[in-house]
Amino acid sequence: MPTPRDIRKRIRAVVSTSQITKAMQMVAAARLRKAQQMVEQSRPYSEKMRLILEQISSASAEVEHPFFQKREVKVRVMVVFTSDRGMCGSFNTNVIRQAVRILKEPGAENIKLVLVGKKGEDYFRRQSWPILKVYKGLQGRMNLEVVRNVTDYLINLFVSGEADHVQLLCTRFKSMVSYKLGIADFLPINPPKADHVVTRQYIFEPDPKKIFDTLMPAYALTIIQMALADSLASEHGTRMIAMSLATRNAEEMVDTLTLQYNKARQGAITKELLEVVSGSEALRG
Amino acid sequence: MFKLSIVSPERTLFEDNVESLIVPGGEGYLGILSHHAPLISTLKVGEITFRDTGKKEISMATSGGFIEVSDNVASILVDTAEFLDEIDLSRAENELHRAEELLNVTVTAADHDRAIHSRDKARNRINLVKKYK
Repeated sequence: MPTPRDIRKRIRAVVSTSQITKAMQMVAAARLRKAQQMVEQSRPYSEKMRLILEQISSASAEVEHPFFQKREVKVRVMVVFTSDRGMCGSFNTNVIRQAVRILKEPGAENIKLVLVGKKGEDYFRRQSWPILKVYKGLQGRMNLEVVRNVTDYLINLFVSGEADHVQLLCTRFKSMVSYKLGIADFLPINPPKADHVVTRQYIFEPDPKKIFDTLMPAYALTIIQMALADSLASEHGTRMIAMSLATRNAEEMVDTLTLQYNKARQGAITKELLEVVSGSEALRG
Repeated sequence: MFKLSIVSPERTLFEDNVESLIVPGGEGYLGILSHHAPLISTLKVGEITFRDTGKKEISMATSGGFIEVSDNVASILVDTAEFLDEIDLSRAENELHRAEELLNVTVTAADHDRAIHSRDKARNRINLVKKYK
């Protein structure tokens, strides 16, 4: 039977833990809001960009660009988006588990990894799969500089022929409590189809091909940016849920511990009373 | 009068009706008024100027992007753009300095292009601030 003192100590410890988890929950909620805003705010840009792409590819029948080039896949690159920090429930575990599943598939021997996020690095450093590059230090915030670097690096790999197929493994944010984990093709890019849009007689300045050449890198950038924004939103969403669960568990624990403490305290008082009473009884006898 | 929206990958910078618009097109500066023919063009480093419905002229420094005009709506996609009062002159001067130093040491063509681009960006910002001071 633990003494009341021990129990009081434990209660204090649990309370301070719950304060921390509570704070982390709030931070995650704020960051989530920001990440969602980010997704919302970057949407007009990527939508417009897609529209221009569609218009150009329907205006000039033959669109050719290095990014569209499909070739025999000798080297595949998989970009894995994880978080820098832990305490976000099963988020990183899920991503990593999926990555490992893909890496173990037959025919996956030619996959090389590019890792975004420290948690992915922590895991894959100890494994035997080849890692090309690691990006970390995002701290759960959107950083366009990093997005640019990642995009430039991947484009370089693809254009120089070091990689023939680049895929992104990341989460798609659905709601606070759920996200979808999936793998998406990045390069080669599938030329957007413009069947459903009304094609207008645009004036192109300079010619469509030149516009295309400058448009494609920007388009690639938005794809990576969207992937990262989604991944961040999912991370913060999961962390928020995990932390609110932890806070609730801690509160429950404090309740049971308080009960235990009161019982122990009462027990001690009763015992003392009994001793006093039986002592005086003995004296009187 | 037509609708103008200026968006960057991060956020929407401007969205309202304007009277006229001048942008640094890939082939030189373009003036756009209401009911312009459908147009898609690249933008170079330079100055975006538009006159809002109150006839007030507003300028921005941009580092390039795209413009799409159709149905009396002009959409500008910029890599980055700043309103005049957002430009940090001392930072731009530092950038310029660094880019010029980089130009002297770069070897590969890609690095050279990048250095030239950042030099032009910095110069553009400085020129704009001086022009409207």
